[in-house]
Amino acid sequence: MEYEVVVGMEIHAELLTKTKIFCSCPTKFGDPENTHTCPICLGMPGVLPVLNKSVVKYAVRAGLALNCKIANFSKMDRKNYFYPDLPKAYQTSQYDRPLCLGGTVNINVNGKTKPIGITRIHIEEDAGKLLHESSDGTLVDVNRCGVPLIEIVSEPDIRGPEEARIFAEKVRNTLEYTGVSDCKMEEGSIRFDVNVSVREKGSKELGTRTEMKNLNSFRALERAIKYESKRQIIELKKGHSIVQETRKWDDVKGISSAMRSKEDAQDYRYFPEPDLVPIVISDDEIKKAKDQLPEMPEAKKERYMAEYNLPEYDANLITSTKETARFFESTVNLCNHPKQVANWLMVDIPAHLKEKDLTMDTIPFSPEDLAELINLIQDGTISGKIAKSVMEKMFDEEGSPKEIVEKHNWAQMQDTGELKSIIEKIVQDNPKSVSDIAAGNKKAYGFLTGQVMKATKGKANPQLANKIIREVVSKKIDE
Amino acid sequence: MSISNEEVTYVSKLARLRFNEEETNKMAEELGSVLDYVATLNEVDTKDIQPTEHILPVSNVFRDDVVGTPLSNDVALSNAPDQENGCFKVPRVLD
Repeated sequence: MEYEVVVGMEIHAELLTKTKIFCSCPTKFGDPENTHTCPICLGMPGVLPVLNKSVVKYAVRAGLALNCKIANFSKMDRKNYFYPDLPKAYQTSQYDRPLCLGGTVNINVNGKTKPIGITRIHIEEDAGKLLHESSDGTLVDVNRCGVPLIEIVSEPDIRGPEEARIFAEKVRNTLEYTGVSDCKMEEGSIRFDVNVSVREKGSKELGTRTEMKNLNSFRALERAIKYESKRQIIELKKGHSIVQETRKWDDVKGISSAMRSKEDAQDYRYFPEPDLVPIVISDDEIKKAKDQLPEMPEAKKERYMAEYNLPEYDANLITSTKETARFFESTVNLCNHPKQVANWLMVDIPAHLKEKDLTMDTIPFSPEDLAELINLIQDGTISGKIAKSVMEKMFDEEGSPKEIVEKHNWAQMQDTGELKSIIEKIVQDNPKSVSDIAAGNKKAYGFLTGQVMKATKGKANPQLANKIIREVVSKKIDE
Repeated sequence: MSISNEEVTYVSKLARLRFNEEETNKMAEELGSVLDYVATLNEVDTKDIQPTEHILPVSNVFRDDVVGTPLSNDVALSNAPDQENGCFKVPRVLD
């Protein structure tokens, strides 16, 4: 029997606001524990939360970028649960009236476009961090309590681990492009929960699902779904049924395991938040927000193909992250060689970034530097081969391309006189090559060029060297 | 409209409350009469009334995204029954 893997996702992304969702505490990551708190996010009795305007702005922008309908009316609700990661004993979230509804994300799977439905996007507060480092208790850091989140819920339209990863990457890029979240996985500013089930291929009904929460890398996401769907298929083949449960993904061991099951089904007893008033957004405001959306990756890709004549493959890669696209455009504005700029950004730069464990955000040189490097190749100062060595030194932060070329004395020899005397000597020392050429064996030119490059340590301009070799050799033959 | 002892036990569990049998009986009786009283609202004709989404006739109360001064770590922890390394300390919970 053949099985089909069905996945639905919930993506939590922290919004890039300066302050928390209901109070003026900072949202900055990485500060000492419990230094970003106030009576509101500590859950003191009698305090009054007030919604951060930018949270609504960013969430509406995210909704529009993911092709959702923005609700004219939405409201906040309390989700009640006891867990020390939220001191209030409830999370302020949205239940039956979320801010955004019914969107679509188009993903590319094996060259085909496939739409994945977005059920809803709502705004809510993040919970605090529990540290399990004390021997006789659990330590609570409230800094993250109240950091604004959007929760993006997908339809179960995703089939298998690869599609899930592509979908997650697409959503992350969209959020990054629109500037609503920095989507830093390593800081947990974007997290994935997955619902996985399997069913007989062709069946219309959904199988029983299990949930895995807080997967924090694309790799973990893909591996967790691969493992869990296989496990479910094996269970079904043995004639067992799937238990609906939350499972924990262990990325080190590469396995999922059932979490201690709760005796009762979750019952959050949602009710309207009496301390916060509804959000009303007019069609005019929604239209305005739509007009202000930045250019999305797909539109950018089309433009790069039309405006810069880039092949589709290149345009796809260059627009896959906001930073790469920005670097590309800034560089092309300085030196008009789009294809060369794209080549550097697709091949050498990613290789160096990977080796140095950097990203396009932390690349140690500017578009000005890359433009300078390309201009040095274009004006014949250095060869393409030397340029690769210059790039390496740029990653070592040795300075601008010009400074590096000067420091290492890598400029091609432009002095025809000097090059000519080197060539004359080589021709003199290799009479056999000259007689070979005289006898019609043109291959000997290659040997002589090689000798010239060796003598000049690769700094001779190859075209110029070839020209002079031919002159000197024919003169020699004439003698 | 009354409430069963099972419902009382379920709701009290969610609220982390523990009642003995006698208390459970009493709760069921008292909560039942409260619910019966509230249920008289069902007799009101609401045919032409808009559903209430919120108790206040107000919307769009926002604050600007401007950073204020948070509490210092000592002040934040000053009400904590137990603390360690600048953190609130609670009974051990499992992941």
